[in-house]
Amino acid sequence: MSRTALQTLPERAVELLGGEPDDTTLRRYLHGLAGVDAVGLEQRAAGLGTRSIKTTSKAWALDKIIELIDLTTLEGADTPGKVRSLVAKALNPDAADPTCPRVAAVCVYGDMVPHAVAALGAAHGDPDDGLVSVAAVATAFPSGRASLEIKLADTADAVADGADEIDMVIDRGAFLAGRYGLVFDQIARVKQACRRADGSYASLKVILETGELTTYDNIKRASWLSILAGGDFIKTSTGKVQPAATLPTTLLMLEVVRDWHRATGEKIGVKPAGGIRTSKDAIKYLVTVAETVGEEWLQPHLFRYGASSLLNDVLLQRQKLRTGAYSGADYVTID
Amino acid sequence: MSFLEYAPVPESRAILNLRDAYGLFIDGEFVDGTGESFATISPADETHIATISSASEADVDRAVAAARRAYDKTWSKMSGRDRGKYLFRIARLVQERARELAVAESLDNGKPIKESRDVDVPLVAAWFFYYAGWADKLDYAGLGADPRALGVAGQVIPWNFPLLMLAWKIAPALAAGNTVVIKPAETTPLSALVFAEILQQADLPPGVVNIVTGAGATGAALVAHPDVDKVAFTGSTGVGRAIAKETAGSGKKLTLELGGKAANIVFDDAPIDQAIEGIVNGIFFNQGHVCCAGSRLLVQENVHDEVIARLKDRLSTLRLGDPLDKNTDIGAINSREQLDRIRALSKIGEEEGAERWTADCVIPENGFWFAPTIFTNVQASHRIAREEIFGPVLSVLTFRTPAEAIAKANNTPYGLSAGIWTDKGSRILAVADRLRAGVIWANTFNRFDPSSPFGGYKESGYGREGGRHGLAAYLAPGSSAPRSRQTALTAGATASASARATRSAKKPALSKKEAKR
Repeated sequence: MSRTALQTLPERAVELLGGEPDDTTLRRYLHGLAGVDAVGLEQRAAGLGTRSIKTTSKAWALDKIIELIDLTTLEGADTPGKVRSLVAKALNPDAADPTCPRVAAVCVYGDMVPHAVAALGAAHGDPDDGLVSVAAVATAFPSGRASLEIKLADTADAVADGADEIDMVIDRGAFLAGRYGLVFDQIARVKQACRRADGSYASLKVILETGELTTYDNIKRASWLSILAGGDFIKTSTGKVQPAATLPTTLLMLEVVRDWHRATGEKIGVKPAGGIRTSKDAIKYLVTVAETVGEEWLQPHLFRYGASSLLNDVLLQRQKLRTGAYSGADYVTID
Repeated sequence: MSFLEYAPVPESRAILNLRDAYGLFIDGEFVDGTGESFATISPADETHIATISSASEADVDRAVAAARRAYDKTWSKMSGRDRGKYLFRIARLVQERARELAVAESLDNGKPIKESRDVDVPLVAAWFFYYAGWADKLDYAGLGADPRALGVAGQVIPWNFPLLMLAWKIAPALAAGNTVVIKPAETTPLSALVFAEILQQADLPPGVVNIVTGAGATGAALVAHPDVDKVAFTGSTGVGRAIAKETAGSGKKLTLELGGKAANIVFDDAPIDQAIEGIVNGIFFNQGHVCCAGSRLLVQENVHDEVIARLKDRLSTLRLGDPLDKNTDIGAINSREQLDRIRALSKIGEEEGAERWTADCVIPENGFWFAPTIFTNVQASHRIAREEIFGPVLSVLTFRTPAEAIAKANNTPYGLSAGIWTDKGSRILAVADRLRAGVIWANTFNRFDPSSPFGGYKESGYGREGGRHGLAAYLAPGSSAPRSRQTALTAGATASASARATRSAKKPALSKKEAKR
């Protein structure tokens, strides 16, 4: 599941940056990227949002959205019971329709990983095999305000408990202060902490928290920085800060991923998270992915939705397509 | 299945309540024309839509007489506020019937429904709303106190934005107090005739707007009509030149909005992904049937290869096909004649040694189609770098320095629009300052707003449409009315004294036409 052997990462970064990754080389590189025109970016996103996806395309899209969901619960009040309930929903999203696909993963806090793993049992595994992964948020999520040691321990704990994917947060304070070297170093170290005993790696999603970076130029730079440092996925938001995922932001990140693929041949994933609640919105993201990086990205290893309430709206739409009539909130399970 | 092969989503034609045949719209009624009627077809599949009356010289005369009557008896006597009410009413009706107008436009013109729905029709409503607001504020149009309407305006519009060009012409003319005889293009009369129904619905006084359909002869008769006070034309430079000759010395006021060969200048520090979108929007919007299209891409040599590679990738995602399908990006070419011209010029481009690249898309069997095409290695001396192709064909040239970009951009007989792409604000201002073009877009392209004047330099025409400046095309300055009074004023008179004198002198003054009677 891991993208590359870790050893090659610093080499590539050194090559691209023309030196060891530090504040100076990173600044030179990231500030040399083409700028982003906000009006143009938002106009393009709005244009993609007007695509009309109906009938057979819609049916395909709805199933695909389900397969790409990281079904999430990230509350202070989370309990083993709540997580078991989430897992049951992940495995069997529509109680009335056994043909409904499973979601890609459940996303929980680190201490809930053992409960999620236990609840999944034999169904725990790679979404490509029809199984469900466990993603854990780590590195002092959501603020990231802790020492590196704590962040690494947080990560290593979750991986040891069986997490397949780690959703880390970057140090936005350091990024905004121009300490790109520090942010790079933290991502690279967390990536190392994703290493399992058998030498394989948990997939690393790097959360930029775009709502705190505020400018598209910053988001573009943070995306490149995260990929350079070894992230397997770039993710918009924690869901705890507004605005969370937006279509223009996701479009921008997809453009970075497309350019990285052109430059290196490597495929990086994108995960918009937070604020995507309706099928209509989710379909706009599918269209944006397909028309920006290509359809190949519409698979669990390259695109995810971080969402909790989205699933039920998709299920209602799915039922509507099948029966021709809208059912209602009580015809899908709350979790 | 491939997700990107989106299932067809055609906009329903059921909303259209088309008649089999349409007459001319004169004096508030549909009447048969005495010229030979013609068919309007859908350029997407060459099917017949409706039979359209053609206006003979006698019909044009009737229409102008109706406009004159309406001007003398009703419209010139109505207060600006009341004229504004009619315009507001028209604007609201356009919004109410937006879907119907969009379907009619896409059906008859071939443009994608997403453009007629999201660009053309909303702008039509915006134009009427904007000029409705001006109708009772003409004193503030910058023409002195109490500017006067000109009388009857004869207007001839093209086929690329049939309804939008109609709005650009009619809205300011009516707001300023003129009455109108307008001739839509021969290949795209449909939306104007649906619009005529809106005028009836709005209860606009008969004769204030008259619509005469027909070919070039109808337009020529309108332009040459002795009782027309003002001529407004949008179309080709060749026809514009003929109109200028025809109207010279006649006392008719004239505005011309003609061709273009706009430079879209991409500097090496441009926001690259948005620039690519801007290039696409600049030349492939409306199949390139845009007088202000960014048909000459001037790209800085050091980013040329990257820009072209990205552009080709992007063009490969464009969807060509049924104009009524909501996911269509590129519709049909408006007529066989235009298609032939695009083909001929593209062939010339190849013969001149430019490198042709055409997006790989399936071309429907019937109808008129041309896949998005770019020519690289184009030199300034090539015909495809100088002549307006008016189709989805982009000519790419390179430059090395800002000075060279400016020189190349200006090296054209046209001067309608230009685009600048750079992240550097100071460069935008410095370059824009030296471009000889009526509209300059910075980090965007083909954006229109009723408050912004639009028009050209050199062979792109003269006069401005849109904004406060657009009113000047349909008004005579209040202070210019009494010639004898004006010369009597002493050289030392202050501006306010002059305005006062004009105001007091205005009442007895008659317009030229009134004086004739």
